[in-house]
This record gives sequence, structure tokens and C-alpha cells, in this order.
Amino acid sequence: MFENLSDRLQAVFNKLTGRGVLSEADVDAAMREVRMALLEADVNFKTVKEFVTRVRERAVGSDVMKSLTPGQMVVKIVLDELTALMGGTESRLVLSGRTPSVIMLVGLQGSGKTTAAAKLANLLRKQGKSPLLVACDVYRPAAIDQLEMLGRQLDVPVYRGEGDDPVEIARAGVKDAVARMRDVVIVDTAGRLHVDEEMMAEAVAIRQAVRPDQVLMVIDAMTGQDAVNAAAAFAERVDFDGVIVTKLDGDARGGAALSVRAVTGRPIKFAGVGEKLDALEPFHPERMAKRILGMGDMVTLIEKAQETVDTDAAAEMEERLARGAFTLDDFLSQLQQVRKMGSIKDILAMVPGGGKLPKDVDVDEGALTRVEAIIRSMTPGERTKPQTINGSRRERIARGAGVTVYDVNQVLKQFAQAQKMVKQLSQMQRGGKRKRIPGIPGMPGPF
Amino acid sequence: MSTPWFQKIGDGLASTRERLKGHLNVLLDRGPDLDAAFWDDLEDALLQADMGVTATTEMVEALRDTAAREALPDAAAVVARLSRQIAEEVAVPGDDPFALDPVTVLVVGVNGTGKTTSVGKIAKAAAENGRRVVIGSADTFRAAAIEQLRVWADRASVPVIERPHGSDPASVVFDTLAEAQDRDADLIIIDTAGRLHTSRDLMAELQKVRRVADRESPHPVRVVLVMDATTGQNGLVQAREFHRALGLDALVLTKLDGTAKGGIVVAVARELGVPVVRIGVGEGIDDLEPFDASVFAAAITGETR
Repeated sequence: MFENLSDRLQAVFNKLTGRGVLSEADVDAAMREVRMALLEADVNFKTVKEFVTRVRERAVGSDVMKSLTPGQMVVKIVLDELTALMGGTESRLVLSGRTPSVIMLVGLQGSGKTTAAAKLANLLRKQGKSPLLVACDVYRPAAIDQLEMLGRQLDVPVYRGEGDDPVEIARAGVKDAVARMRDVVIVDTAGRLHVDEEMMAEAVAIRQAVRPDQVLMVIDAMTGQDAVNAAAAFAERVDFDGVIVTKLDGDARGGAALSVRAVTGRPIKFAGVGEKLDALEPFHPERMAKRILGMGDMVTLIEKAQETVDTDAAAEMEERLARGAFTLDDFLSQLQQVRKMGSIKDILAMVPGGGKLPKDVDVDEGALTRVEAIIRSMTPGERTKPQTINGSRRERIARGAGVTVYDVNQVLKQFAQAQKMVKQLSQMQRGGKRKRIPGIPGMPGPF
Repeated sequence: MSTPWFQKIGDGLASTRERLKGHLNVLLDRGPDLDAAFWDDLEDALLQADMGVTATTEMVEALRDTAAREALPDAAAVVARLSRQIAEEVAVPGDDPFALDPVTVLVVGVNGTGKTTSVGKIAKAAAENGRRVVIGSADTFRAAAIEQLRVWADRASVPVIERPHGSDPASVVFDTLAEAQDRDADLIIIDTAGRLHTSRDLMAELQKVRRVADRESPHPVRVVLVMDATTGQNGLVQAREFHRALGLDALVLTKLDGTAKGGIVVAVARELGVPVVRIGVGEGIDDLEPFDASVFAAAITGETR
């Protein structure tokens, strides 16, 4: 498994004696680690070379030499440069004022265009637009059916034209949008190889026919060194404005995205992060830089927490917490908030260092389910007064939840600890200003 | 060597080949002088083919030793040696599961690698060769995956067993195997939904599919991972995870008709010992070819043959 760059560089610098004075050889050793990390993340080898040269120049400078923790200093330089290379700040979808606006998606086979088209439609609809999907992939069997099914799931109309000429279908699709008063058209095209001259010419023809506001290239995050060849060819022939990176919910580092940005200069606009149709997010260069280096993504985690926490429920719980009243029901609802954020593995992967957890550490996703089952097997009375849960009640609860009495005892023990913490917190807060507690008091661990 | 496959890969890779030849000529033009720049260039060529930094570094270092010890005369000799070495690494012994008779093959992989297309191509070729083929459509998740497979099955005139979108994939496998037995099929191919190897639930679902296949199949069961040649270093992680969950018998490497080299399968072969048995080099229906390790290695090193 990869270690993150931070740890690697730390290891390099720890070996050095005479801290604070870095020799050329020290910097060389550090740059070897940087190069290795980037290559393992699928950053294009040429981009890596240029990048390392630039970082070296900055690293040899005096600020690093004098720095007490040269490892962290180099990491900072690498992160800054990577973020800059990826386009600095996030770049949004630019649509002209005309109606309908047109967005065209292009890319290699299997990169996820059709799914991305549906996700984009969903996102635009949430922003108050009324999108129309146009199915121009007349080659892959059932590709049009696929888009139609996705459109039905989202309740977004899909235009499927007559005949098998994608250029005509695209043109008619835009007309259809006008007739139906839709204000954004998303044109899904067939996957094509960048070396297939005929298919590239067809993409150009579609582009000329519908004159899109934005052409977006869809790129699979798992792509290797070849990403730049494909992207450069698409940039030259079809000319795209931005990139959607897909399948970022896996563990691919996604260095290809960086290379594409570096080679074509086109910004990455969106990231596909799951199988569900709402799993498309705006792209954040700095977070991507950290991901490439294996350094976790705390910002996403915090955002995810903010998104999933029900504010009313949180306020109500805060009220009760302040009074020091914390029941098993509260414990359960905290648990459910955590679960809404995704699997424990997903959450761990976003914590710095979490990504390098050995693969054989099995995160028991079932543990939370069992805790939930146990609490749900208790009567309301038992949930507010757990001290009434005696031996025979424990047995009944265990049977109800399909677990052992030992498991029930564990949950009760964890709850008691959480309750104790809450009491202490509320006593502390009674003295000072009341502060919001968004965190989880005593998250139950795996059995 | 002029197998159809070689020609096709030659056609498909024409532009790359030209570029690589250029690259190689630069290497070879150095003449007998194997300087640091030569080794750097060689390393770049392997990195560019997605061989990965670990495999690349190890191989180039070993090659440097060999070159010195055996006094390899020039760059051409070094490249030829490297090519042979890659061929040896990737030529893992193992049967082509689709060639076994009778057999049940589960086709698995991450999203978008070309599983359904590969199943269609293989079914068509096998049916034309007189095999009694039945296809099971266990991708009940992706919208229209069943419809896509049905189109392929119709082209191949092969029956496809399907259940409504959202059904339990394991139940489709159960039904497929029952019906295949009634039809006396000797090649049963089961197409599964693409899934990321990081998804614990979906991997568990696949394990269930395998268990059902093992229990119900009248024939030996084999598992084949379909990998896209454009895949980078994540390919090794993919293979590792699918191997751990299911036990892989073989790889199919698709989309070799672009400029991607699929060098990641070298790393997969080195670590997991799973052989590549077929490659996809074109969009035509009969374009899934047997894998030839030496041709593959030559394409990676750019060695002219």
C-alpha cells in the first residue's frame, strides 16, 4: 500500500543529521519520493519531471534549509505547486445567456459519459434549471435506453431522435428543447477513441451543429499515462472547455486529472463520486492535490457532516444535552447521523492517514447496524431508563436483535460512557458560553 | 510473425508505433553508448506504458546489471532483452477459461471496462465454433445493461437469461444455470455489474454470486477480470481486491486499439500470477483475440520485429 507523501518525506528527513542544513543530496532524496508518489498516482511522467524540477528549485531555496521541519516545508511546497497546476481555485460551469444553453459531453468508451450526463441534469435541475437530455450514442447497444431510463429516474425528459445520424439527432434535440421550453440541453455522445479519425470528425460535426456553450470531456479517474494522449487529441480536434472526472469514489489517486489539466490547460469542473445520481460534486483543486498525495480530505468530511446533520434535530438534541439528559434514543439518532455520511471506510479514507490503513484491517460496517438493532429492540421505557434493563430484559433484547447478551452489554457500557461525557460537558457549559456540539459523544466502536 | 492479431494491433497502434519507433530510434541511435540518458529514456518508455514505478525501477535496474555482466553490445540488444523479460513476466501459465469445455465463466470488473461487450464478442465467436452457449445477465443494476446484452446475444444467436432490473444477481445466476442445464449448454457466460473494488457491499454481492455458481453449476466455474488497457496504477489494486474476494483465473485486457499499452497487467502478473488470456483490439464483434506475450512485450518496449 502507498504511504502518503507527508510520511515518506518525514522518513527521508528523519534520517538526516545536522537538521536545518539540507544538502543537494538531501533534496535529491526528497525529490525521489515526490516523483515516486506522483507516478504511483498516475500523473503523467513528463508532467512529473517538470513538476519535480520546479519543486526542487523552490526547495533548494533558503526557507527550507532554515526550516525546523524541512519535511513539512517540502510537503507545503509540493501541495502549493500541485494546487496551482490543477488550476488554483475551482472552476464553475459557464453558460451563456442564450436559451437553451447547450452542454456537450465527449470522451473515451467506458469513461462514464451517460451517467455523468444524467448526474449533470440532476445538478442543474437542483439549481432551478429545466434540462433536456439528448441521446446521441447510436453505436453502443442500448446506450439510448440507458439514458432514457436514467432520465425517467430523475424525471428529466430525454430526446431520442429518429434515425442513426448523431449530428441530426443533436440538432433536432436542441429544437425539441425550444419547443418544450427547456433551458439547458445536455448532449450525450458515443464513446470514441482519439485515434479514430472518423469518430473524431463526427464529434466535431456535432459540435458545429449545436454550438455548445460548454464541451466537457469525461475522464475516468483510474486512467493511467494514456490520459494525456486522449485529452490532447480531444483538445486539438473537438476542443473542450473543461473536464468531469468520474469514479473518484474508488481508491484511484486520480493523477490523470492533473496531467490533463497540465497538458491541455482545461480546468476540471466536476467530480463523480458515487453510483447514485446525486453523486456529482464541484471540483476542488486543493483537495484533489491532497488526494493525489494520499493526504486525506478533511474538508469534504466536514462538509459531508454539515450536509447530513439535520439542523432541527441537532438543535433539539443540543437542548437536551445542555440539560445533561442523554438517552439511548439520542444515542441512536447520533448513530444514524454518522451512518448517513457513508460507510466507515469512506469516512476513514477522508481522514489524513486513513487512506493508508492496511487493507486487511476490516472495518466492520455491520457493527453500527447491530448497535441500531439492539437499541431498536428495547422498549421506549428501557431507552430512557437503561438502569431498568436487567438480566432477563438483556436476554430478550439480544434475541430481538439477533445478537448475544455480551453484545447488548457492550452497547450499554458504551452508552454509559457517552452519558458520562455528556454530563461533564453540560456541567462545563453551564459555567461558560453555550457552544454547539456537532460531534458524536462516544461513538460506539466495533465489537 | 503475421498473425491476424499482430496485424490488428499494428493497425490500431499505427500512430503510437510511429512515435515509439521514433523514441526507440533515439535510443538506438546512441549506438553502443549506454549512458545515463539511455537508461532514463528506457525507464520513461516503461512508465508511459503504465508498467508502474516499482516494476519499472526493478526491471531497469536488473537490466543494467545484466547489460554490464553480459556485456550487451548496444541499445538494440538491451531493448530485445527487456522485451523478452517482460514477455516472460506476463506469460503466466494458465488455461483460457473460455476455451475449457464445458465451463461456467463469471465475468467481473470495475465500471466501464467493457465487460458486456467482451461477453458479446466471446459468445458470438464461440457459438460460431459450434459451442452451445448460454449467457446470464447478472447486471441488474446499470440502466439498460440487460438490453445491451440482449442486443449482443441476438447478434450471436445465443439465448440470454435475464430478470427484471433490480433483481438479486445471485438469483439470475441460479436461473441461468438451471436453464443452461436444460439446454445442455457447454459454455455458460455470466455478465456481472461493474463495481468498484472499494465497495464492500458490492464485492460481497459478487462473492454470493460465486457461491451460487459453485453450488449450482454443472461445469467447473472460472472467474475472469476484464481490465481496460487505459487503466493506470489502480489496476493492480483492482486485481488484488477482486482476486482476494473471488479468486481470479484470468484477465481480459480491453481497448488495446487506442494508444494505451496496458502495462499494468505486467504488475498484475508479477504479483498475482493471473494470466492474460484475451485482448480487445477493436470495436468489431469478432475482435477479441488470444493474448500473445511476446507481441505484447514488443509493443511496450517499441521493439521492432
